[in-house]
Parts: sequence; structure tokens; C-alpha cells
Amino acid sequence: MTPDSPTSSAPTRDARAIEADRRLIALLRAGDSAAYMALVDELGPSMLRLAGQFTSSRAVAEEVVQETWVAVLRGLDRFEGRSSLKTWIFRILVNRAKTRGVRERRTVPFASLADSETGDDFEAVSAEHFLPSTDGRVPNHWAAPLPHWETVPEVATESRETLAVVREAIDALPEMQRTVILLRDVEGWDGPQVSNALEISETNQRVLLHRARSKARAAIERHYSST
Amino acid sequence: MTSLPEDLPCRDIVEVVTSYLEGNLDAPLRARFDAHLAACPDCVMYVDQMRQTITLVGSAVDPMAVTPELRDDLKRAFEDWAGAA
Repeated sequence: MTPDSPTSSAPTRDARAIEADRRLIALLRAGDSAAYMALVDELGPSMLRLAGQFTSSRAVAEEVVQETWVAVLRGLDRFEGRSSLKTWIFRILVNRAKTRGVRERRTVPFASLADSETGDDFEAVSAEHFLPSTDGRVPNHWAAPLPHWETVPEVATESRETLAVVREAIDALPEMQRTVILLRDVEGWDGPQVSNALEISETNQRVLLHRARSKARAAIERHYSST
Repeated sequence: MTSLPEDLPCRDIVEVVTSYLEGNLDAPLRARFDAHLAACPDCVMYVDQMRQTITLVGSAVDPMAVTPELRDDLKRAFEDWAGAA
């Protein structure tokens, strides 16, 4: 809906973030194990999540993470600070996973995959829930009141049943939509981090997220209106 | 019911809701979105359900965890690298 912001990271990097990266790199070069492990603990879970999107097994994902850290350390001297240190690390991770070819069927770049998953018509809520656009009074308004979730205690209390419905909906998502919603809503990344690491546009990132979240919401509604 | 803005009907609200929650709508569109919500309890609820969905996704899936074994391996890799440098 809104024009995409021109680039996601470079021009907005403030001096403090650059300084923090520089200090961290100096610590790593000096062999500061605590600084390194703090970074491992911070990025490790997200790295495993991302590596897991390329790989069929947890073991291979772990290997990719290990290879990435070795490559990061060996490449520290080449880090130019054009992106943030974290973005740079995630780029290396994605490239390791790709060059390793751990998942043979992954020959399609993320960007093309993202295009294919953001194409086609999509309806967050299917058309029959709305009055026709020819309605004389309130065209395209809700045809019937939305079912209230407040009256469904399972949703309000995050019951095991509700969480299982949500998990099932996530599992059923196309690959890129699933990757984006997991990085955003489980691992806590922000939009620019996701679009940088996956090398997709911010617009595509947002569309993928929108579709994934809308489908998850619809799955909850479907489940509790049919029981 | 207050009259609903016809240029941004409910059917469109559900498609721009993510941009709204992301803070990505430009000011005029955001104002129209807010005006719609002020007149439409169903869409207020829809936006709220999207927020709830985000929370539920976070609860439904556990973040990945680095096992102690992997952590040890990564630490050793660092020490090897630092020792060789």
C-alpha cells in the first residue's frame, strides 16, 4: 500500500550502532571468549531457525551454524561495516547453507520464492464474509458480525487445543510465509532484519507476514466456529 | 451506526491490517483506517484478533535452543581460532 522504503539498513545505521559493532569486533579479535559467547547466545536460536529452513535435519542445521561461526571469525578482517555485524553474520549463514547445497530441491532463490508466494489473489477473509460491492447501503461491509473470541475460553487462555490449531496452520504455510512468521513472531526479529537476511524486499516481507498471520487467524476462527 | 467510510470498507481493512500494525501506512491512509475503526466495532475486533493471533503464534512455537553440546563446540571453535591468530 505504501511505497517501499528505499533500502533497509545502510542509510539508517546510526553512529552508536556502528561504534557498538566496532567495539564488539575489537573484543573478538582480542580473543574475548565471553563477548563471543554472548553473541552466540543472542544469535544462536535465530541462526538455527534460519538454517533449519534450508536443511532437512537438525544435525545439518547445527553444522551450518558451526561453519558459519568459523567463517565469521576468519572473515572478521573483511567486515566493512556496510551492514550491521548481525546482518552480515546472517548473510554468511544463508550463503553457507546455499553453497553447501544441503537441500537439493532448494535451487530457487528466496527472492523468487517470495515472489511466487506473494503473487496470486489472496483474501485474508474470504469474500462470502462480506456484503457484495453492489450492496446499496454498506458495500463490502461484514455480512454478519464477526464471531467473538472472548466467548471462546480456549482462545483466551491459550489452551493446548488452540496452540495446536495455530501450529497446524503454521505447518501448512508455504515455505517463505512460514519462515517469515517464525522469525518475526517466534524469534522476535523485526521486518528489516528479516528482509535483509532473506534478501527479499521489505514489501514482500510484509506481504508474506500478512498472509501467514491472516491464515493463522482464519484457522482459529474456522476451528471454533465449526465445533 | 455512524456512516462507514466507503473508500476503505471492511473488506480492505482486513488486507491492510498488517501494514497498520507494522506502522507502515502513510498518514492519510492511517487516518482513514482509524476513522473506519471508530465507526466499526467488527473491524476493531478483527484488528484485536490479529494482535491475539501474533501472541498465540509466539506461544505455539518454542524458539530454537542451542544445546549445551553445540554451545561447547562453538566455544571450542572460537578458542581454536583465537589460539591460532
